Amino acid sequence: MKIAIPVNDKSLENGICQSFGRAPYFLIHDIESKENTFLNNSAATSRGGAGVKAAQMVADNKVGALLTPRCGDNAADILRIANIKLYKTEGDSIEDNIKAFNEGKLSLLMDIHPGFHDHGGR
Amino acid sequence: MKIAVLSGKGGTGKTLLSVNMAVVGDNTTYIDCDVEEPNGHLFLKPKGVIKEKVAVKIPVVDMSLCNGCQKCVEFCKFNALAYINNKLIVFDNICHSCGGCVLVCPEKALTEKDKIIGEVQKGVSQGTNVLSGILNIGEASGIPIIDKLLAEEPKNSQRTIIDCPPGSACIVMESIKDADYCVLIAEPTVFGVHNLNMVYELVKLFNKPHGVILNKCLEGENPAEEFCIKNNIKILDKIPFDNELGTLNSNALIAARESLKYKKMFSEILGKIVEEVQHEAIVNP
Repeated sequence: MKIAIPVNDKSLENGICQSFGRAPYFLIHDIESKENTFLNNSAATSRGGAGVKAAQMVADNKVGALLTPRCGDNAADILRIANIKLYKTEGDSIEDNIKAFNEGKLSLLMDIHPGFHDHGGR
Repeated sequence: MKIAVLSGKGGTGKTLLSVNMAVVGDNTTYIDCDVEEPNGHLFLKPKGVIKEKVAVKIPVVDMSLCNGCQKCVEFCKFNALAYINNKLIVFDNICHSCGGCVLVCPEKALTEKDKIIGEVQKGVSQGTNVLSGILNIGEASGIPIIDKLLAEEPKNSQRTIIDCPPGSACIVMESIKDADYCVLIAEPTVFGVHNLNMVYELVKLFNKPHGVILNKCLEGENPAEEFCIKNNIKILDKIPFDNELGTLNSNALIAARESLKYKKMFSEILGKIVEEVQHEAIVNP
């Protein structure tokens, strides 16, 4: 199975991005082969609906789970339909969270926020 | 003659000035374009109100025709469409109703349906036509409601006062686009100058004739006045910081209807603006 994580940079060193939809990159990690791939998130600079586009991209990459600090409701709708499970990351470290996921220590992300669709939020 | 009243923030006196100017002249229409929080009707208390819903178009998909090409998903600049598990999903709350997805669909699988986003209310307050727009809570854009309001202006109306939303965003641009003159209303503070500058830049960008009313004026320095002098902006009038005026307004009363003193004050302000508009019409026809 592959998992996706929103990350700040194309590296394992610079941490998990606090935003899902507007994260600059996604790490796609294969938990069997340990192979890492970084995707440019084209949604990061979109005018609106970044979460929708980012979720579409994650779903198109056939991942089984998304590890993220937060997620908006539109993106969560898409991920649910795509049968992608959402897990809440703990701390900034990418490697620690992959390890915690593999050991079954991450909890499911339950607090889906209502999104910031009104042009920057209020 | 269409006169728009605007300011960079709320609470500077747009509605105070608008409703008072709307009742001192004959054959006047008041339009409340602040569709996110309309309050002009609280002062004017119009009678015989007719309500009309305002709808926008939202795409609907016929999955029996959709071949999953995702051309619509790629087209949508607002990412209101997603294609997951062989199913097209439409996010109504992000859709900007441009209709582009319907045009690009090669299979004609997309059509449009109406989505109600608010309403327009029309009534009369002692001879003044009152039009208010109301955007439903949670909707992203009130622009279709403003379009409808401005199109509903009665033909026989001699003068229209457009009470704009605060700020200088799209919704304000839409409100002033047909205005003959823009009145900027400002508070005598440094913060007031910042807000005045926002709308000043907007009316310059739109090439609209404009002037400033300085509201809540006290003795002593007035940064907004200094800003106008420095930038050579016409100061139309000054409204003093006045407890009596503030009290009437706080009780949802229209000062010009309550006392001759205020009727005279707002008639004079309106007179100066009308003179400016006519002057503009001669100088820049």
